[in-house]
Amino acid sequence: MAFYVVQFLTGLASAASLFLVASGLSIIFGVTRIVNFAHGAFYMIGAYIAFTLTERLSGAFGFWGAIVVAAFAVALIGVLVEMVLLRRIYHAPELFQLLATFGLTLMVEDLVVLIWGPDDLVGRRAPGFKGAIDFFGQNIPSYDLFLIVLSPVVLGILWLLFQRTRWGVLVRAATQDRDMVAALGVNQKWLFTSVFAVGVFLAALGGALQIPRDAVHHAMDLRIIVDVFVVVVIGGLGSIVGAFVAAVLVSELNAFGILIFPKISIILVFLVMAVVLIVRPWGLFGRPEAPARRTPGLTVNPWRPLTSNERLAALAALVVAASLPLFAGNYALTVGSEIAIFVIFAVSLHFLMSVGGLASFGHAAYFGLGAYGVAFLAKMAGLPMIVCLLLGPLLGCMGAAVFGFFAVQLSGVYFAMLTLAFAQIVWSIAFQWVSVTGGDNGILSIWPEKWAASPSHFYWLALGVAALVTIALRVMVFSPFGYALRATRDSLLRSEAIGINAKRMQWTAFVIAGTTAGIGGALFAYLKGSVFPDNLGISLSVDALVMVLLGGVETVSGGVIGAIVYKALNIWLVSQTDLSKLVLGGFIVLIVVVFPKGIVGMLEMLAQRRRKTSPPGSPLLAKPIESAE
Amino acid sequence: MKLTVQDLNSHYGPAHILFDIGFEVGDGEVVALLGRNGAGKSTTFRSIVGLVAQRSGRIMFEGKDVSARPTHEIVRDGLGYVPEERRIFTDLTVEENLEVGRQPKRLNAPYWTREKLFALFPNLGEMKNRPGGRMSGGEQQMLTIARTLMGNPSLMLLDEPSEGLSPKIVEQMVDAILTMKKEGVSIVVSEQNLHFARLISDRAYIIERGRICFGGTMAELDARPDIRDAHLSL
Repeated sequence: MAFYVVQFLTGLASAASLFLVASGLSIIFGVTRIVNFAHGAFYMIGAYIAFTLTERLSGAFGFWGAIVVAAFAVALIGVLVEMVLLRRIYHAPELFQLLATFGLTLMVEDLVVLIWGPDDLVGRRAPGFKGAIDFFGQNIPSYDLFLIVLSPVVLGILWLLFQRTRWGVLVRAATQDRDMVAALGVNQKWLFTSVFAVGVFLAALGGALQIPRDAVHHAMDLRIIVDVFVVVVIGGLGSIVGAFVAAVLVSELNAFGILIFPKISIILVFLVMAVVLIVRPWGLFGRPEAPARRTPGLTVNPWRPLTSNERLAALAALVVAASLPLFAGNYALTVGSEIAIFVIFAVSLHFLMSVGGLASFGHAAYFGLGAYGVAFLAKMAGLPMIVCLLLGPLLGCMGAAVFGFFAVQLSGVYFAMLTLAFAQIVWSIAFQWVSVTGGDNGILSIWPEKWAASPSHFYWLALGVAALVTIALRVMVFSPFGYALRATRDSLLRSEAIGINAKRMQWTAFVIAGTTAGIGGALFAYLKGSVFPDNLGISLSVDALVMVLLGGVETVSGGVIGAIVYKALNIWLVSQTDLSKLVLGGFIVLIVVVFPKGIVGMLEMLAQRRRKTSPPGSPLLAKPIESAE
Repeated sequence: MKLTVQDLNSHYGPAHILFDIGFEVGDGEVVALLGRNGAGKSTTFRSIVGLVAQRSGRIMFEGKDVSARPTHEIVRDGLGYVPEERRIFTDLTVEENLEVGRQPKRLNAPYWTREKLFALFPNLGEMKNRPGGRMSGGEQQMLTIARTLMGNPSLMLLDEPSEGLSPKIVEQMVDAILTMKKEGVSIVVSEQNLHFARLISDRAYIIERGRICFGGTMAELDARPDIRDAHLSL
């Protein structure tokens, strides 16, 4: 019995940091409508700065002072980020905001390694809370008890701040109607900046308070952000009480999940999240939102099938690509195969985003599942390559069917967060379930059979599949299904009013995109000869998003161009610098700020401008069109 | 002149909504902007306070051109705005709604305290702690006017204050507007209801399809039944 009580208290103590970070994220989202992906990064910087300060300053005052100073310092960094970056993108679609803050996260990951080195840093114990308390033979660290008391105290302070101060009243008003607050003479800019500062302060405090419990390391940002996304999805985005309750719930599920499913403890959290989503899609303490602002897909130019000249041009490009083995060496062909595979991957996500209007932040899950599907079939069942290639993607299809069912219940940022959380769950399973997946060691030596073994043959295979997949998806865009899907994207309510089953359309699109990604993954397993958990990791999901964004979301063929340019650039970059995350992150931020329409979008705009002068203002970044009265 | 609008043009995306709008409001005057649904009344108000991004023209408020300034600065200079859809903060109580609108005292405008506003709208005083979402339409309309008055405006843009209200509440609204006028607030009120406008206004402009097509005193408008019938009758 005592053991379970102690386990319960440990869970409560872990909830403290989670609550601090999640409440910060919720507050920021409430007012600015930005889901701050960089929140995990601020948490991490808070921990690193607190570590350095606690090493330098001595005594009890030094330790606690260092924690507070670290949180304030990071809040100041947050203010800079808000003023320099976020102010430029408040009116951009949600996806761009998520991506920009993700780019920031990538940059921070490299920067902390540059400053503090790649090794785990073990911090000092908190003065006055070094020991443990005996509870019927079980030890409870006294610092855990401190954290258990701290979270309700913080909850109380936040409550007072929001209920009893003018600032709190303004923030709650802005959460509901930003423009009206401005129309009453409140300077939104500074309100937003102050809210961001408070949110970042909470995240950094959460990180700083972790140092006596856990080592500080450069991957702690992603670990916390996934948990935080799960917490806000369960608790309801924008609700501080929801963040508190869900943080406790998730921490307890983790604490006890380890006892029930020691290998895959995350399953329990997933099950609870699934139940919450079915019963209350907007979270326990959230409230249903009106259909969100339209995300990418606000097409200005109606799409049309290619003209016969354009078809010829595409065919010519394919012929040129197919003749590559005649003059290129083996390395170039391997790179070519990889690019072709990523075209498949990018095109599948592009279909989901541009046609379905669903921006998945965890698309790599289905790519990776396809790869693992091949690995299981080839290694365990010993099936021939053709069969593996045909059946392997079915694992991606099944994953997409299960996760997609829950994901399409939500939209906008909730959809993005949920798909990310699902992908991370799949990653954890691949990572933790060593007996089946090989864990971090992956599954090795999955080589293609003789007929596809040579680089040129494999290149032709990859290129052929990429071409087929692209054509199939394009045909689908202009099929009745494609029209129905686009109607759903443009207005969920109106499409339902004319008899389209919107959720089923979106689910179907999700499964199609997931299966297609799985095809890419299946080829990828044979190209690399191995499968690792990284094949379904977050960074791969983001790669896909960047490819789509670079090519242009609002175009029909942006995915192809984006994948070619990005992958080539990426391969070249990794060979040139150790700081690829820093460069890549900066690149993402740059695209979002100065290049929001992508390559194909830019070309189309230039072509259009040559024909006639465009109407005033950029429709994409203009304020949402309201009733014209 | 309190407010002078010249050559105001506004767009929503590719749609041109307002065409060369021009009108004036004198110190302490109540001016009605009359027109049918969709004529451009609300867009005119939204353009004046800077809530329409694509606009051009000159908007002189108390002798200064405010057309290039952000919304909150225009409002802080004393140009209050009451939107048509009321847009009260439903999660906030009556007191908290008023708090959002509070601005410092202004020299050239009447100063409103909570007590004074509760005297003007007695209903609100009886429900200080009620959330805005649990008020009737008429009470919400009063709250949204009181909220803007908390900013001590010298000029107030009042968008269709009588819309959807019961006759009894409309009477209260007329009294409240006349009190505001007596205190020295200049008012532009947009209306479809000519009867209501006549009870409170000194002068009127008629707007139709984004263009001003009449301007004059209420007496001059009554002398031209042809204009009234062409642009206002239902």
